[in-house]
Amino acid sequence: MTALEEHPATPAAEIGRDRRRKEDQRLITGRTRWTDNIVLPGMLHLAMVRSPFAHAKIVSIDTAAAAEAPNVVAVITGRDVAEEQGGLPNAWPITPDQVTPVHPPIAVDRATFAGEVVAVVAARTAAEARDAAELVDVEYEELPAALDLRAAVEEGAVLAHPDLGTNKSALWVFDSGTAGTGGDVEEAITKARADGGIVLEREYRQQRLIPAFMEPRSVVVDPTGEQITMWSATQIPHILRFLLAAVTGVAESKVRVIAPDVGGGFGGKLQSTPEEFITFLLARRLGKPVKYTETRSESLVAGHHGRDQWQKLTLAATADGTVTGLKVELLADLGSYVALVGGGVPVLGAFMFNAIYKIPAYHFACQTVLTNKTWTDAYRGAGRPEATFGIERIMDELAAEVGVDPLAIREKNWITHEEFPFTTVAGLTYDSGNYEAATARAKEMFGYDELRAEQAKRRESNDPVQLGIGISTFTEMCGLAPSRVLGSLDYGAGGWEHASVRMLATGKVEVVTGASPHGQGHETAFSQIVADRLGVPFEDVEVLHGDTQIAHRGLDTYGSRSLVVGGEAVVRAADKVIEKAKVVAAHLLEASADDLEFSGGRFSVRGTDQGVSIAEVALATFAAHNLPDGLEPSLDSDATYDPVNFSFPHGTHLCAIEVDTETGALSMRKYVACDDIGTVINPLIVAGQVHGGLVQGIAQALWEEAVYDEAGTLVSGSFVDYLLPTAADTITFDIDHTITPATSNTLGTKGVGEAGTIASTPAVVNAVVDAVRHLGVHDIQMPCTPERVWKAINGASAHTPTVEAAVPHFEGGEQ
Amino acid sequence: MTRISLKVDGQNVSDDVEPRTLLVHYLREQLGKTGTVIGCDTSNCGACTVHLDGRSVKSCNVLAVQADGSEVTTIEGLSANGRLHPVQEAFRECHGLQCGYCTPGMIMQSVDLLQENPHPTEEEIRLGLEGNLCRCTGYHNIVKAVQYAADNGGGDK
Repeated sequence: MTALEEHPATPAAEIGRDRRRKEDQRLITGRTRWTDNIVLPGMLHLAMVRSPFAHAKIVSIDTAAAAEAPNVVAVITGRDVAEEQGGLPNAWPITPDQVTPVHPPIAVDRATFAGEVVAVVAARTAAEARDAAELVDVEYEELPAALDLRAAVEEGAVLAHPDLGTNKSALWVFDSGTAGTGGDVEEAITKARADGGIVLEREYRQQRLIPAFMEPRSVVVDPTGEQITMWSATQIPHILRFLLAAVTGVAESKVRVIAPDVGGGFGGKLQSTPEEFITFLLARRLGKPVKYTETRSESLVAGHHGRDQWQKLTLAATADGTVTGLKVELLADLGSYVALVGGGVPVLGAFMFNAIYKIPAYHFACQTVLTNKTWTDAYRGAGRPEATFGIERIMDELAAEVGVDPLAIREKNWITHEEFPFTTVAGLTYDSGNYEAATARAKEMFGYDELRAEQAKRRESNDPVQLGIGISTFTEMCGLAPSRVLGSLDYGAGGWEHASVRMLATGKVEVVTGASPHGQGHETAFSQIVADRLGVPFEDVEVLHGDTQIAHRGLDTYGSRSLVVGGEAVVRAADKVIEKAKVVAAHLLEASADDLEFSGGRFSVRGTDQGVSIAEVALATFAAHNLPDGLEPSLDSDATYDPVNFSFPHGTHLCAIEVDTETGALSMRKYVACDDIGTVINPLIVAGQVHGGLVQGIAQALWEEAVYDEAGTLVSGSFVDYLLPTAADTITFDIDHTITPATSNTLGTKGVGEAGTIASTPAVVNAVVDAVRHLGVHDIQMPCTPERVWKAINGASAHTPTVEAAVPHFEGGEQ
Repeated sequence: MTRISLKVDGQNVSDDVEPRTLLVHYLREQLGKTGTVIGCDTSNCGACTVHLDGRSVKSCNVLAVQADGSEVTTIEGLSANGRLHPVQEAFRECHGLQCGYCTPGMIMQSVDLLQENPHPTEEEIRLGLEGNLCRCTGYHNIVKAVQYAADNGGGDK
């Protein structure tokens, strides 16, 4: 059982305080260090020549005219570097027999998606490089392209990589009967059919999305020092350094990677990219600093995409709506290559389809598929939004089938707060949570009963504008990840995090973290944690990160891990500093260490007024004039923390949407989120994470889709056609928190980076469907465009593929 | 090459530029005004918003030669005498930024919006910022920041 903290204990001044961010002064005044801002003497600029075809043989490449262009230094094709360029890594082969195409940074014989790099120009300016790239003459022989995910797995399908003989990359299966975590799902389904129970079969589409961080990716490589230095707009400087060394054979100790200011990532910068490897290669070849900054169009077409699944769900239940089994069959589109995490993304979803529910039998099978499209990988939530969408949509279907309120069906099936810790049918142990409390609070904020009454009234009066109420009672697994679990899943690395805490002579504190922020506010939140722990002023803590020569160990930032894993490493390093300082303090106070207590940054001798501050101890340690014999004159401490379990944030999100049944137009009226993310370090930062996450999830439900035409061209390849929501599309949200601290780390935190995105998509679609369910609609494919909604209301299929930009920013002719 | 002379963040500058040079490239590459950033190539995102003769423009949508003889203010020139502009202060106060990449453009657009309408409604703020994209904040706190700035002298000249 986990207790709900009504008023979370605040033993210290900083944790829980809505500190304004340390990061902001530079960012609001334009004193920033984005990678593209970096200029080095003699620096050259790259431009990429990219394939316009989804699948084509490269017959020949004529670079003569480009090489003759003014100020061009080099023109390189894949053939030129075929022997030295290596292949881009996949860190998570999900099965031993996974089919993994070789991924050269520059295509050599064949382009496998529209946007793939086939040649590179280096010139003295970016403009000259781009001008010359236009002069590279590539002769292609177009090949048939595998473009449809479902068609790609059929017998005799067009092959994305003809030499591999199949589009099927890997089939990953989890079965609770085999694993011993539950029963046999086929039995459950058969029983439900035989005993007058309910069997629901639904197929959902997770459309392809583009992370669309605001800062386009940029990379600068300087080969002129003893170490080759790479600045990159990346989430993963440490992993990137390892991969550069592993792929190129350059000693890891000769590579330094710096992630300076990074303008958003959302998983989209959790990658080692062809462009990074190309820039590294050219800088080494040319002996000069080299920069490549992508255009937005390049970013949208070549940066990895996310989601892109077909989900087939079979849910078995008793007649009263008690779930007895869940079977999930996924097709997941990898694009033309298996990316860094690649097929691991949908596999993460395997543990989340069962969500907050007690499901006795569970079967999950995911077939990853190669197509001639842009590669896919992590996008905010990575596997968990897809799973949450599937289960939260079908729970609404179950409620409709049984004829009860969707909240009642959830309550009937969810894990009650007395039942924690609870081991799920997928084999995870949820340590804490209180779904009842979060739901009660969300209902209260939402005015649930009133809105249901209004909905009934509108239905009765046949109002052309109908009201829908959408629910999502989600959970997620965060704090990636216990290294042993990752090992058992064949992931190529661990999930620990590292921190150092250094006491400077002046009493200031440097905190080094291996997490690598790109907008999350680590500097502020970690300062709060350390200020409390060491009893020093918030302002005296400096957080350093994102440079492998400063933060020499780390596994970077993704999967809501920084605070839960990285924060715990910081806590442990700080505690070691206190232990070391205590020995010095005891010496200075001529007391026994056992008689000292540490509070508010001060060691004092119990029962006396004698004491010394940690800053004074730091200075005395620096001087080292008067230390115990043989004591090392340093308080600096490291900690590497490997989590023993995931953390499991959860929450209840409620969404009210008005649907104009005459036009299909949607209008969001209210959105309430009550999340339980454990202990909150900084409520201001947490709110920001929730708001931003919500809009990304809402955008999947209503607006965004990476759309390809029948030739395999990304037609939503600019911000004109790929609809990122604007301020005018969105509303103000009502958010709150219930708190059941995580038991897996000292601070009780669970992580908040992905919650909003994971929860909101099904809440919104459930609301849209709820508004028109009485008209015979039980599903509308995402994004729920007015056209699809209108078609659904009027009895046409709401599952027609998107043929043009889902919802362009501008109507034709108005640009 | 064409010679242009203009005032940027209070300083007189004069340079030879290619006629095709965009104002944003001139600011970033020739003047080193890297506070102004580029987020797209279709003038959708507004990350490069600056003020040209007191009105907001997307500097990717203006040629440098068009700014000849004009006065340009970037995010770097917005605070005066070591004091933040009320809109800058509001963005920090209301946590109106996360990664900060859209922030220069968002702040410059917000200043323009408040100059035109010192006391906007929420809807007017949302419509006024429609040309500036943010991927981090969901706009919630950006809207709050503009409201906060309006209440704290942000629209005053």
